[in-house]
Amino acid sequence: MPLQVIKFYQTGTFTVGNRLLSADDRSVQANTQRTNSLNSGHRACQGCGEALGARYAIDAAMNATDRQLIAANATGCLEVFSTPYPETSWQIPWIHSLFGNAAAVATGIAAAVKVKKQKGLIGDVRVVAQGGDGGTTDIGFGCLSGMFERNDDVLYICYDNEAYMNTGVQRSSATPPAARTATTMPVGAHPGNVFGQGKFVPAIAMAHEIPYVATATVADLHDLEYKVTKAMTMRGARYIHILVPCPLGWGYPSNDTIRLARLAKETGLFPVFEAEYDQITSTLPIRRRMPVEEYLKPQKRFAHLFGKKPDVGTIARIQAHADKNIRKYGLLQEEFSQHG
Amino acid sequence: MLKQTEGSHAVAEAVALCRPEVICAYPISPQTHIVEGIGEMVKSGQLTNCEFINVESEFAAMSVAIGASAAGVRAYTATASQGLLYMVEAIYNASGLGLPIVMTVANRAIGAPINIWNDHSDSLSQRDCGWIQLFAETNQEALDLHIQAFKLAEELSLPVMVCMDGFILTHAYERVDMPSQEQVDSFLPPYEPRQVLDTTDPVSIGAMVGPEAFMEVRYLAHAKQMQALERIPQLAKEFNTIFGRDTGGLVHTYKSEDAETIVVAMGSVLGTIKDTIDEMRTSGVKIGVLGITSYRPFPLEEVRQALQNAKRVVVLEKSMAVGIGGILSTDVRLALSSERLNGYTVVAGLGGRAITKKSLHELFSQANRDELPALTFLDLDWNMVNKHLERERTVRRSGPAAENILRDVGVIASKIS
Amino acid sequence: MFQVRIHGRGGQGVVTAAEMLSIAAFEEGSYAQAFPSFGSERTGAPVVSFCRISNQEIRLREPIMEPDAIIIQDPTLLNQVDVFSGLKKNGFILINTNKSFTELGLEDFVREWQKDRLCSVSATELSLKHVGRPVPNVPLLGGFAAISGVIQLASVVKAIEDKFSGKVAQGNIAAATEAFNIVSIQMQTGLEHA
Repeated sequence: MPLQVIKFYQTGTFTVGNRLLSADDRSVQANTQRTNSLNSGHRACQGCGEALGARYAIDAAMNATDRQLIAANATGCLEVFSTPYPETSWQIPWIHSLFGNAAAVATGIAAAVKVKKQKGLIGDVRVVAQGGDGGTTDIGFGCLSGMFERNDDVLYICYDNEAYMNTGVQRSSATPPAARTATTMPVGAHPGNVFGQGKFVPAIAMAHEIPYVATATVADLHDLEYKVTKAMTMRGARYIHILVPCPLGWGYPSNDTIRLARLAKETGLFPVFEAEYDQITSTLPIRRRMPVEEYLKPQKRFAHLFGKKPDVGTIARIQAHADKNIRKYGLLQEEFSQHG
Repeated sequence: MLKQTEGSHAVAEAVALCRPEVICAYPISPQTHIVEGIGEMVKSGQLTNCEFINVESEFAAMSVAIGASAAGVRAYTATASQGLLYMVEAIYNASGLGLPIVMTVANRAIGAPINIWNDHSDSLSQRDCGWIQLFAETNQEALDLHIQAFKLAEELSLPVMVCMDGFILTHAYERVDMPSQEQVDSFLPPYEPRQVLDTTDPVSIGAMVGPEAFMEVRYLAHAKQMQALERIPQLAKEFNTIFGRDTGGLVHTYKSEDAETIVVAMGSVLGTIKDTIDEMRTSGVKIGVLGITSYRPFPLEEVRQALQNAKRVVVLEKSMAVGIGGILSTDVRLALSSERLNGYTVVAGLGGRAITKKSLHELFSQANRDELPALTFLDLDWNMVNKHLERERTVRRSGPAAENILRDVGVIASKIS
Repeated sequence: MFQVRIHGRGGQGVVTAAEMLSIAAFEEGSYAQAFPSFGSERTGAPVVSFCRISNQEIRLREPIMEPDAIIIQDPTLLNQVDVFSGLKKNGFILINTNKSFTELGLEDFVREWQKDRLCSVSATELSLKHVGRPVPNVPLLGGFAAISGVIQLASVVKAIEDKFSGKVAQGNIAAATEAFNIVSIQMQTGLEHA
């Protein structure tokens, strides 16, 4: 759904209550009409942001396409926990090929579907590709760019938990500065991931001038559903990048996934926006701006920044990055910045 | 219909006759003309109901083919050398998943040092990936094998590589008999997938398989190759019935029935070998040829039968098992493990070095006198090699090896071959 | 089997020449094999192409070491490349030049071969005249038909129509025909062609 201005929300978490939304927009977990694209029984960790994001995203896609949907999945957490041989939790036709080729496999499926449709064998079947940050921003980057460049009719969804989680939390090009991972340990002169590296793929996607690019988090599931639904009304290459916190990799209690996703947005560290053909068309503004410490402190992967002698310099640098995002993406709208 | 055309174009036309539905390829010498040919046919509308995708790498090419094949359409790609290596992960994925993709490999050497000319190191490097590998001797056989390949692949649910010598076949103009669409349609039915991504009947393809089932799943790959051993000769017969030509099959023999010496080889060099054999036969030498068409599955029994009555076997191959000798030789040896005869390995033509009738005459004569060493590098310039080895022995900073040897060779442009 | 070797530089249509020669032979019901000495595409670099013609299937795949005829599209190669290497004693030489063999400095060199099998024709000029481009390969094929008699001019014309169309085809046919006539006269009169 597009942004609604609602001035009342729950204290503590600052979430908007279901009761304040119109009936159509309320979340109903136990609706028998839910497609449950990612069915229960999968082996994800308790509190997995990716499982939540994937289910909502693909449910929305299934609804938008009347269940005429095929998915190509990169190697990673989602692929592994959703298909523990001999079981599968997917309700749609689904293929896992390799780590770095989900976008290319999706291109192939889209081409096949186009030919079959031309021959009158099938109706309007759509294609989704999905992968984690590793499979998208690093090893899958070449194929992703190729798919964008050709404007193939594929929606690529990246579930970003900011590291190679499936293999034991190693650093990816989506890992934020200062974060601890198994390959960026909090030791030495520059503990954690180094500054000055990393890439923000949504911006790179925009540079390809594809029809639709959006970012989202699992803290605003309606927004996520809205964006996926909107993307499925379009043709050509589309990209949605979802921040999905990982309790194990980030080091926080499993019931804090949604809260941390919200904090990532409210600090400005993760900008939530939509873009079409290289132009930003909307942002989800910060409701109540938070300093980055509120977000970093609850996560063990940033624990080395705190303690008896907090690393104020590094925290300031992270804050500067958040400030830059806020300026660049226009994340503050005046009426929201007043709440305290 | 008889045509005088370039090998690449003949293959492009043959592939087009097979009604492919998704074609995706990345350009690499010497495959470029094949893909350009098909691309033009799609763009002009001559080839209908076919998507032609310009991919950004060979890895993407095989991946796109995987997606398309899994979604239930006939998929094709082509590559060579470095490109084949770049898609290796996906090649194993395609055969592991049992997707009937057909791919042309325009055989070319693998660098370093970079070399665009012909030898068999590329497809042979993938001999255990589970793909069927067929080697064409002529451009006629190349185009015929592609037609057979689609049928074989789809029947067995196994991908097939059709190997043809880069430049020597791909860029040679020669006479071919191009089949008609009716002939191909009567031989090759529409693709009926064993597994397909179908919204009316969803399946999950590509699950992780652990120790509890992996061996069984992998054994199926072996079993399919065994099935292929039976099916390939049958297909060749069926092909002959419709097209009137004896192409394909597992092996071809030439004047080998009474031969005391038999030369074994694959690909276009068989032509030069046959000319040499004919000349030697006029002098009364009992020499013959065994051409291997199906390299994978390797026809152990057929090879044994063809060679068992000879006194000696010379395996002439455009490939090398580094530190050991020959790759094809090793497979032939396995076929002959119950026989007693003299075996000679000849590594020849690496990186496109011409294999001449003159050299073959000398080589085969030496073999007939049993004067060949077990391993020969045909026409190797020992002077150059020894000069370089000496250089390395005396100077630590001896410089890049390839460039040093090139300097000793002199200006290449002034050479004819 | 008749073996032809064509020398030239990248961009002069050396490869196309061999291909067209093979098409001409095919049109007469012969088997023909044409292939280049392969290399990375580079304009101006020396290029060699080969064509074999036979009334039997051609199985041989080696480069042509002992040609029955040599066509030289670019005389500047004479000092760079051993273009005559392996030419048979009764072999044919056809050079693209408006100079005589003597003027090219080949007088002593060509003593080894039969004078009446050595011809020259200013193919580049003919091509400029009839087609408007300095590509000598097609007229040289017309000249080759005249010097060797291995293929007919009519077959060369068919090969031209196969490769080209419209005005370009017509121009090439005219150039090839004129080259054929020039070389035919050289062959008949036995005059100073070498």
